[in-house]
Amino acid sequence: MADHDGQIDADFTTLPLRDLAGTALDVARTLGADHADFRVERVRGQRIALSDGNLESLSDADDSGIAVRVVVDGTWGFASAVDLTPEAARDAARQAVEVAKVTAAMNTERIELAPEPAYGDVSWVSAYEVDPFAVSPKEKADLLATWSRQLLAHPVVSHVDASLYAVKECKFYTDGATTTTQQRVRLHPQITATAVTESGFDDMRTLAPPAGRGWEYLTGTGWDFHAELAELPELLEEKLNAPSVGAGRYDLVIDPSNLWLTIHESIGHATELDRALGYEAAYAGTSFATFDKLGQLQYGSPVLNVTGDRTAVHGLATVGYDDEGVAGQSWDLISGGVLVGYQLDRRMAVLKGFGRSNGCAFADSPGHMPLQRMANVSLRPAENGPSADDLIAGVENGIYILGDKSWSIDMQRYNFQFTGQRFYRISNGRLDGQLRDVAYQATTTDFWNSMEAVGGPQTYLLGGAFNCGKGQPGQVAPVSHGAPAALFRQVRVLNTTQEGSA
Amino acid sequence: MSEASGTGKAAPRRPAAGGKKTAVSAPQTTVEQALAVARADGEMVVIADETSTANLRWAGNTLTTNGVATSRALTVISIDRRADGTAGVGAVTRSGVTADQVEDLVREAEKSAAEASPAEDVQELVPPGDLTLSEFYTHYNTAYNDVDRAGFSVFRGFAAQLGDTLRAAEGAGRKLYGFAEHGVTSTFVGTSAGVRLRYDQPAGRLELNAKSADLTRSAWAGAATRDFTDVDVAALDAGLAERLEWQARRVDLPAGRYETLLPPTATSDLMIYLYWSAGAREAAEGRTVFSKTGGGTRVGERLSPVPAELFSDPGYAGLECAPFVIAHSSGRDSSVFDNGLAAGRANWISSGVLNTLHSSRFSAATAGLPVTPAVDNLIMSAPGASASLDSMIASTKRGLLLTCLWYIRLVDPQTLLLTGLTRDGVYLVENGEITGAVNNFRFNESPVGMLGRLIEVGATQKTLPREWGDYFNRAAMPALRIDAFNMSSVSQAS
Repeated sequence: MADHDGQIDADFTTLPLRDLAGTALDVARTLGADHADFRVERVRGQRIALSDGNLESLSDADDSGIAVRVVVDGTWGFASAVDLTPEAARDAARQAVEVAKVTAAMNTERIELAPEPAYGDVSWVSAYEVDPFAVSPKEKADLLATWSRQLLAHPVVSHVDASLYAVKECKFYTDGATTTTQQRVRLHPQITATAVTESGFDDMRTLAPPAGRGWEYLTGTGWDFHAELAELPELLEEKLNAPSVGAGRYDLVIDPSNLWLTIHESIGHATELDRALGYEAAYAGTSFATFDKLGQLQYGSPVLNVTGDRTAVHGLATVGYDDEGVAGQSWDLISGGVLVGYQLDRRMAVLKGFGRSNGCAFADSPGHMPLQRMANVSLRPAENGPSADDLIAGVENGIYILGDKSWSIDMQRYNFQFTGQRFYRISNGRLDGQLRDVAYQATTTDFWNSMEAVGGPQTYLLGGAFNCGKGQPGQVAPVSHGAPAALFRQVRVLNTTQEGSA
Repeated sequence: MSEASGTGKAAPRRPAAGGKKTAVSAPQTTVEQALAVARADGEMVVIADETSTANLRWAGNTLTTNGVATSRALTVISIDRRADGTAGVGAVTRSGVTADQVEDLVREAEKSAAEASPAEDVQELVPPGDLTLSEFYTHYNTAYNDVDRAGFSVFRGFAAQLGDTLRAAEGAGRKLYGFAEHGVTSTFVGTSAGVRLRYDQPAGRLELNAKSADLTRSAWAGAATRDFTDVDVAALDAGLAERLEWQARRVDLPAGRYETLLPPTATSDLMIYLYWSAGAREAAEGRTVFSKTGGGTRVGERLSPVPAELFSDPGYAGLECAPFVIAHSSGRDSSVFDNGLAAGRANWISSGVLNTLHSSRFSAATAGLPVTPAVDNLIMSAPGASASLDSMIASTKRGLLLTCLWYIRLVDPQTLLLTGLTRDGVYLVENGEITGAVNNFRFNESPVGMLGRLIEVGATQKTLPREWGDYFNRAAMPALRIDAFNMSSVSQAS
């Protein structure tokens, strides 16, 4: 039984949310806004960091405020304020309208929003059992310290960095037709063991992904930390003694703990319609998957099936309703290897005639205007598909990659490079010890077209990140990506030590 | 497992705003109020941040988003000293705190400190010291009012100028994309040891990206500014139009190592990463590029044959920043106990030699290095270096000229190997002339290794870091000529 009983925190719901909204929306409409929406947010974050089992940092921050977004004569205006008072709501509404009027001279594209059914006054709470903020910081730090000391007891481990980032997001939205009150919780635990030797150093981090779960995630639900931590020192020791990879082309079997990030960068961002249309061109970039390629582009092999969703249980991008009052949905982005969809907000949906938004508007704080942000973008496993061992069995000379580490991709989402936490040589269908210094580098469509097989549901894992960046002013968004293990043929592998030698 | 107190019924520590008087005090008053209600035997650091921002964004010659925002945050750091010499620390930040909520926040921080495990960086709080004679002490008592805030009014003149530039670009067949942002953060620091300091930090930037109508050519320019009075958007656009003309002739080059000219923005993005990686503690622990094999740090080791300087200076003209430590939470080389500690000029690299690493008092002691707090700006220079980028192009026999770098990430911390992309214009220089635009590349390079292959340092100028400008935008850098810059593969992106 969930300790919160599916209820949103009373100290948020008892705020004068609807009174403030009424004040702001009335002022905005009186001053000429054709559309106005209003948010109240409280985002609470707690960071705990330990170094070698000692408390390095414990901080707890709560960011609250109101936001008013308007459309006046076809131009956006946005203003936010920190005080939850009628005066602040009134002033923010006035400022938003004023901003729209000042900037109207620069605007040549009339803002229109796709229609969405009115849902009335509704609420939604994410799937978690124990509110992490109801657990004392000391209990959290003590658990991390216990884990750190356990790792430090192994002779190969010189240092242990352990951290936990917990977030609780309470959000109220109304546009007059739909009013939503939502609460979601997420956790990101990370433990890294470092070995310092006579010749240098190396490290290995837990593969446990960040998750839309509560404190139960660290105590046995959804991940077995004890098992992972127990094997980490010996895995690190093996890595230290592993041979350096020879640069060249290899078949790769990629674990979902690594593949989620490749999906994020090369499919997630590439299928954002605002990017494809150029709205992010100066900053995050555009996309090679331009709108004219919809329904045409052979993005990958026929086994590439990718969905976008805001509904996956424990997904970091999962919501009941987005920040424009659009209900959470699931839809196809790539089907049978062909590009068939995009991620949309209400503005983008109108621009290209999609009819309805698929619910990807999100603002990371009350101080920011919602943008089209990433849904959970996930690679579908093959029904009755192979295990990771089965995939490995089909490789003569290859590498098995687990865990994410370094990542980078260009501004059109063509050229990428990723490293990982662990790499195993595959020789004649069997794992043959770890390798070091591996990075894989490819062009997006070459890579996904080289995917020969995807694993079955038994290999599926929901990975993700808290800190996907986009937009100016910069915003961060949490997002999950599910994937099975998958087999890729003849991908370019670099030796990172050679890359760094002059 | 803790006994979970249901979220629907607990949380007594955050008072509901509804129905209560919600008076907002001056930030200094709030700091003093918090210190005054602190437990008599406790120690405390209180930081009040008042932030205001305004922004404009455009794409394809039209406005896309805009906005104004204000925020007010209060951080209370309570220190619970214990008989065994250890101390627990509780750091709690809340936005929008009103006068009637201050005491609750103090109690919450004290409760957190009392329950906390011992903090590893425990020190005495910093005494007021010489800064009591400084303008930053006096300024603490200056009234904070709307005059200090950034508003949309900063863009009134600029928006009109930008509108003209967008229309001119449309007429000329160019598409303009970009972002303008202005903000001011006023920070008030008070401690139970008597520190009272204030710093007002204005920050602004303009980024302008021009593309040909078919989007196959792209050029970028950026400027960091404190107040937008020194920004000429039409001149920036004219420079970009010239760059797009340079791209009329396309030359495809393969991956490989090239003599490369890095303009100041590209230099800044690589040097900022080096700076972020130059912490004392991890270097002493043997786990950074600045660790000496077998123990200790590389301080004193020559990194470059060129007598280059890399330093931070809170008084550097046009890049002014806080000359004292402001730490809302502790980190590897920062400490809440150091709040108010003077942070002056720090020479990270002197005459090509690694001179010191940034540190808190705690991490400096751990590393056996002098205490050198990080400062929020970065400058690179070389004695007598005065060459402009144009003159460096003119003296190039064959090489690449970059515009900027993008998506820079760490690949190997042992060498500080970074990967990333070139963006918005790579040019082939032959016999002192730009002879065409080259495809983009993915690079794999270490800024530390690169210093060892430094051939020439140009004149230092203020620049906007393209990659890191969101987090770090006070930089003055030279153009650099690097031998054998590693372009690892070709990127099809344009």
